[in-house]
Amino acid sequence: MLRDSDRIFTNLYGLHDWRLAGARSRGDWNGTKDILAKGRDWIIDEMKNSGLRGRGGAGFPTGVKWSFMPKTEGPRPHYLVINADEGEPGTCKDREMMRFDPHKLVEGALIASFAIGAHAAYIYIRGEFVREAEHLNYAIDEARAAGLIGPNACGSGWDCEVYVHRGAGAYVCGEESALIESLEGKKGQPRLKPPFPAGVGLYGCPTTVNNVESIAVSPTILRRGASWFAGLGKPNNTGTKVFCISGHVNNPCNVEEEMGVPLKDLIEKHAGGVRGGWDNLLAIIPGGSSVPMLNKAQCDTVTMDFDALKAQRSGLGTAAVIVMDKSTDLVRAIARLSKFYWHESCGQCTPCREGTGWMARIMNRMVTGDAQLSEIDLLEEVSRQIEGHTICALGDAAAWPVQGLIRTFRPELERRIKDRQAKTRAA
Amino acid sequence: MSNMTHEPNSFAFTADYAEKAKAFIAKYPAGRQQSAVMPLLDLAQRQEGWVSRAAMEVIAGMLDMAPIRVEEVATFYTMYNRKPVGKFHVQVCTNLPCMLRGSDDVVAAAKAALGVDFGDMTSDGLFTLSEVECLGACVNAPMMQINDDYYEDLDANSTKAVLEALKRGETPKPGPQNGRQFSCPAGGPTSLTELTFQTEKA
Amino acid sequence: MPKLTIDGREIEVEAGTTIIQAADQLGIEIPRFCYHERLAIAGNCRMCLVEVEKMPKPVASCAQPVGEGMVVKTNTAVVRKARQGVMEFLLINHPLDCPICDQGGECDLQDQAMAYGSDRGRCQEGKRAVPDKDYGPLVQTMMTRCIQCTRCIRFISEVAGTPVLGGLGRGEHLEIGRYVNAAVSSELSGNLIDLCPVGALTNKPASYTYRAWELKKTESIDAMDGLGASIRVDTRGNEVIRVLPRVNEDVNEEWLSDRSRFAVDGLKRQRLDRPYVRKDGKLQPASWAEAFAAIAARIKGLDGSKIAAIAGDQADAEAMVALKDLMALLGSPNLDCRQDGAKLDPAVRASYLFNSTAAGIEEADALLLIGTNPRKESPVLNARIRKRWSKGGFKVARIGHKSDLTYKYEHLGASATVLKDIADGKHPFFEVLKAAAKPALIIGQGALAADDGAAILGLARKLADAAGLVKDGWNGFNVLHTAAARVGGLDLGFVPGTGGRDTAAIVDGAAKGDISVVFLLGADEIDVKGLGSAFVVYQGSHGDAGAHRADVVLPGAAYTEKNATYVNTEGRAQQTKLAVFPPGEAKEDWRIIRALSETLGKLLPYDSLKAVRERLTKVSPVFAAIGEVTAAPWGAAFGTDGTPSDRSLVSGIDNFYMTDPISRASKTMAECTAAFGGGCNHKKTGTHG
Repeated sequence: MLRDSDRIFTNLYGLHDWRLAGARSRGDWNGTKDILAKGRDWIIDEMKNSGLRGRGGAGFPTGVKWSFMPKTEGPRPHYLVINADEGEPGTCKDREMMRFDPHKLVEGALIASFAIGAHAAYIYIRGEFVREAEHLNYAIDEARAAGLIGPNACGSGWDCEVYVHRGAGAYVCGEESALIESLEGKKGQPRLKPPFPAGVGLYGCPTTVNNVESIAVSPTILRRGASWFAGLGKPNNTGTKVFCISGHVNNPCNVEEEMGVPLKDLIEKHAGGVRGGWDNLLAIIPGGSSVPMLNKAQCDTVTMDFDALKAQRSGLGTAAVIVMDKSTDLVRAIARLSKFYWHESCGQCTPCREGTGWMARIMNRMVTGDAQLSEIDLLEEVSRQIEGHTICALGDAAAWPVQGLIRTFRPELERRIKDRQAKTRAA
Repeated sequence: MSNMTHEPNSFAFTADYAEKAKAFIAKYPAGRQQSAVMPLLDLAQRQEGWVSRAAMEVIAGMLDMAPIRVEEVATFYTMYNRKPVGKFHVQVCTNLPCMLRGSDDVVAAAKAALGVDFGDMTSDGLFTLSEVECLGACVNAPMMQINDDYYEDLDANSTKAVLEALKRGETPKPGPQNGRQFSCPAGGPTSLTELTFQTEKA
Repeated sequence: MPKLTIDGREIEVEAGTTIIQAADQLGIEIPRFCYHERLAIAGNCRMCLVEVEKMPKPVASCAQPVGEGMVVKTNTAVVRKARQGVMEFLLINHPLDCPICDQGGECDLQDQAMAYGSDRGRCQEGKRAVPDKDYGPLVQTMMTRCIQCTRCIRFISEVAGTPVLGGLGRGEHLEIGRYVNAAVSSELSGNLIDLCPVGALTNKPASYTYRAWELKKTESIDAMDGLGASIRVDTRGNEVIRVLPRVNEDVNEEWLSDRSRFAVDGLKRQRLDRPYVRKDGKLQPASWAEAFAAIAARIKGLDGSKIAAIAGDQADAEAMVALKDLMALLGSPNLDCRQDGAKLDPAVRASYLFNSTAAGIEEADALLLIGTNPRKESPVLNARIRKRWSKGGFKVARIGHKSDLTYKYEHLGASATVLKDIADGKHPFFEVLKAAAKPALIIGQGALAADDGAAILGLARKLADAAGLVKDGWNGFNVLHTAAARVGGLDLGFVPGTGGRDTAAIVDGAAKGDISVVFLLGADEIDVKGLGSAFVVYQGSHGDAGAHRADVVLPGAAYTEKNATYVNTEGRAQQTKLAVFPPGEAKEDWRIIRALSETLGKLLPYDSLKAVRERLTKVSPVFAAIGEVTAAPWGAAFGTDGTPSDRSLVSGIDNFYMTDPISRASKTMAECTAAFGGGCNHKKTGTHG
């Protein structure tokens, strides 16, 4: 188990003062100027060496992403955009970081901005997080008043402003290019790629988009050294991670643990175990609603990291662990997710716009068994017609839970349909 | 969008909100004032309770946007109300993590307490009840948002209690309704128990 | 220049080319709905998916730039499956109303469904119904048919520059609509119909009147304004059903203005379908012989100086040369093709042409508009200016009326006084023009059609010389004509001969009795009531102002009813094709004049179209170079030195929807006038409702 001294988010539960004084007492803003003084290349190298992989879901190495930005600033300014549009069902980690450790994010914003040559960072926070945005704005004001950000931030000679931009209710804005569109004052519809944000991002300028957690951990990594972070977790899956454990556990919670922690340990040590005991487990969605679920056998042994979960045809995603015990109506559970993607489809691409609703409607009938047996295959085919055929990954995310259900629990779908048909005949 | 909605003929930001609008516009580079459309729509909604066509046109003018571009934004994002809502907008999450922990009960309790269905406003104009997608408080499920605040770790009783308190004109304390410390495991933390803050000591 | 392989065929294309463009070059067909080569790439319909080696997923070929060594496959099982999937999705919410849909037979969705659709639907869910929107009198909406390709939104925002359409709501509920307080009042709105790949937006005036496959298609030229867009006239029997644009990169790309497209119902109304002769104060039906005899009786023995002729704005070159020759035989020097009295100098061709050419305006980097509203006078050309403006680095300034042109410009003043300052180098915009690599000006008829028109023309000339508007390979001196006939008339010399009268002097002479016979060739825009007791012969297609004043009416053909030559504002000679026959006894115009010449005993020496055209070519070689622009030499002086008045310069046309006998007869244009308002000189006709 991760030692407390290796935990980065030391105020995860809001037990301490989240304002500047409290943050400083926990080590934030300590030696920031010295870090900046080591220069852009050192920072990026250190981030690369730490092995930090993006915490927003895709797991792309953060240092490598920073290195994609043009080395020198041309006529177009550079921007850092921080993705705080946390909306993946099951995920609620960024929220805690922003309301209880906002200075980690603001400090990280300065360092990352410096590393990518940006003088402005926008934190795009989901609109519903009103209180969290208030904390962030408070922290930004404090930091600015203390000379930590703003002109000549921390006395580094680097000017850097940090702004909060609130969203207004659109899951798809968690996709980085949709987020940029939204930040530009448009509908949050994902952009075609190429071009990628590092070339053409916010306002057509070179832009790096990082998740809150990726940015918030970076000051500690740079203070304690890449080797410290790389020494935690597993190769290629280094460091610590905040996990969100929800659903049918005794004590749902957020907790920072080492990457690669066994799923079972994670749940038993921190979440009080599965309701009714481990044997009462039916399935777990290990990385937020967009990754396929694991059955109990998989859960027995899998570790919580990018590679191990990928090997199980699932994914670490946002490390949002949704636990479902044997009382769960799995068909209804997946139908609920289908409804979610249907609701959140931006409407741009034909397959997602038309297909998510079709899937959701079939899924609704699957819940009651009011369907034909042949519709199980149809459902699968519809999901395949969406998957991989859209601009962004929302289409894939909509398809995978349904595919996972059919793959793992087809007999249950068939049983419901047959029962219903039998009842209808009897009536 | 209801055809029944009465669209006012005019809209103007109050002096206070006009100042705030200016501050929002100043956050973005020159010529990129369109970025402020979301904060300005939010301000308009905070002022009027919803986003009217008149408000959209005023905002379009302030930001040098075509009104249709503002309307696109106002209809794309779910937080903008295109018709009036009650003084308290009660939004109950029914997404999977909340569902697993009893959002059905919360929904039933809320409907019973308010006497309305999803999408409806109470006749006294005090409450509008909505179903909402994941609000990002999943380890504190089930939960609901009322205006700017989250009410978490609900059950039927606490849901009813919160809503009844609002009816009485009280302000129930937001956050977990079962006494736990935010997202810490109920019963106490399993981590962060042996922290010594170096600078704190020094 | 990257090289790539598509379906095994190698092609080298310019960097930045997309896969779909490269495939188009190879003639490999990739289906598409949202992609349109003249609009921004949306990449949303997903119909154009192809397989690219080393890419994990099928890619949208419309959005994917080619790369060196790329291997693309457009006809694999994966591609086919992907497209079938997209097609199925498009059809689950698309109504099965093809049999009653006007788009039927020319519908992209219908066509592609033949290739990628299934013969049965697998979707058991209910279909989505979308309320129709009111886009005004021109565009019929059937929004349930909409496939959300967003072409209409992109066109109206990008090309037309009147952003009133948008996608409201999201996901399955995404609806294309217009802003409720704004009319779809673009002068280019008809192009939405062409762009819509399904039957969501159709031709409202022609609703339910035709099936696409019944129509005979005749490729022709528009004569409703000075640009001369390439058009296709679709007819059934002897009726023009609709007019569509044809692609002509040099002139109209593939756009057409709403008047050119929708005034066609005016071709069927108010028509002159037989000769008339005024008897007892009333026009009475007559035979051709009677009509000619009446004219001959009046002209017999009359001195040429007492006869005059004015050519209207839609007169074709064949008719004008015939009439000019007849006037010469009658000994009259009194003829003019400038109804509005514009002080155009027929002696210097470069002085009356749009010298940069329409396409050339896209190369300009600074532009001065003088007394013109190009948005109303030539919407398609205006879209070019906007296109250039959208690319940036293009300073536009305007002297004259202030109104929304769909791009930003600096308003320098209302009168030509400021033009004098600029021409004298005393105004900052002079430096802007001077510093530009390809500076241009556009002068409108509103500036020229007044007493000080020649002085303004002279100032424009002076400015052009001083600011370097004319240089090697570039002539930025542009006159924007609104009349299809005008340049042809000037080119063939339908202007006063030595000692002859111009339009104003003809009218004046008629009023005073110095002119006894006035021949109006489709001229309805002059003050016909001011012609005194003159004997008026009106030859034209419509019972408009001229015919009402006439003593003899000779029924002519409209531009869709004859093979005729027009020279556009650039100086490009183009020919219309006969799509339907003139109604009743009406005839091709030059033939009428030829027949009259015989009665008058002044027989014109040509009796075939070929012979008339040979005559035209002899008058000016311009008429031999069909479809081409011959650059006009710059050099000879034109205009006068005077000081212009301080009058406000307003556009030569006030109501875009009604400028000529055809559009004035059109019910559709009347509806547009009512819906969108006419006055472009006085009322604000902005996009913000």
